[in-house]
Amino acid sequence: MSQLITPALMSPAVVLSLCAAIFCTGLAGLLVRRNILVLIMSIELMLNSANLTIVTFAQLRNDLAGEMTVFFVMVVAAVESAVGLSLVIALFRNLRTVDTDQLTELKG
Amino acid sequence: MMEIPSYAFLGFSILALAFSLVTVLNRNPASAAFSLVLVFFAFAGMYAALGAHLISALQVVVYAGAIMVLFVFVIMLLNADAPSLDFDRSHFGVRIAGGLLAAALFVALVWTFNHTSLMPGGGQHSPQWIQSAGGNTRALSRLLFSDYVFPFELTSALILAGIVGAVAMAKRKSGNPDSASTLEHP
Repeated sequence: MSQLITPALMSPAVVLSLCAAIFCTGLAGLLVRRNILVLIMSIELMLNSANLTIVTFAQLRNDLAGEMTVFFVMVVAAVESAVGLSLVIALFRNLRTVDTDQLTELKG
Repeated sequence: MMEIPSYAFLGFSILALAFSLVTVLNRNPASAAFSLVLVFFAFAGMYAALGAHLISALQVVVYAGAIMVLFVFVIMLLNADAPSLDFDRSHFGVRIAGGLLAAALFVALVWTFNHTSLMPGGGQHSPQWIQSAGGNTRALSRLLFSDYVFPFELTSALILAGIVGAVAMAKRKSGNPDSASTLEHP
């Protein structure tokens, strides 16, 4: 177990619960909000809290493979947000809105 | 020495939690983006407090730098910094159901973390091993360019595909008069 997480003050369960709290904040934002920019920000929040969970487990298990996973997740997240934001621009160009309620093209 | 990272971790975690709530609940997308920057910096602080120094630096460079510049640029480009009214129009039931679902997941996750043995140790990269290998950054970099060199090379292909895809999608199509006319006459 990592020396930096002192058992008295910060048990691993507390750190992981914090990650879960931020993940659930992002999930609530994803479910409730309609602005597509805020939806992508919520997805980034969820990705970050998952990264923090992986780093916590990597420290807990004394295995650097977890930190390596976080490195590759960050690369994929950067590409994902670039492609996602260009999709937002294409959406705005066609519909003049960033509100997901207006996406009714496929509505029967 | 041992307690300072813990207190730092506690402070950064409170900062991250508070500003992630601001990000999700704020009506103005620009304010949400800037509170997201603070969340990313708080995450970098938490990584540093956990001893993941390279990940902490990359968090600042990649998230608080590159990704947030993209977000702010898109908000500026779309002129979307007006207060969004999506809260007022969304159904009350949707808000309650979304909040309850997220709260239920949170309770389930916390229960799981408190009722399972988290099995500390087991790996070969102990803090002493990292110390003798020359620190977290050096150990991780050696691993990246030895065991993980093939995935690392694959990420360059992924980033190239991402750049080409982003430019192809965001580019204004000059041959398509339909999209040009919607731009000029909304």
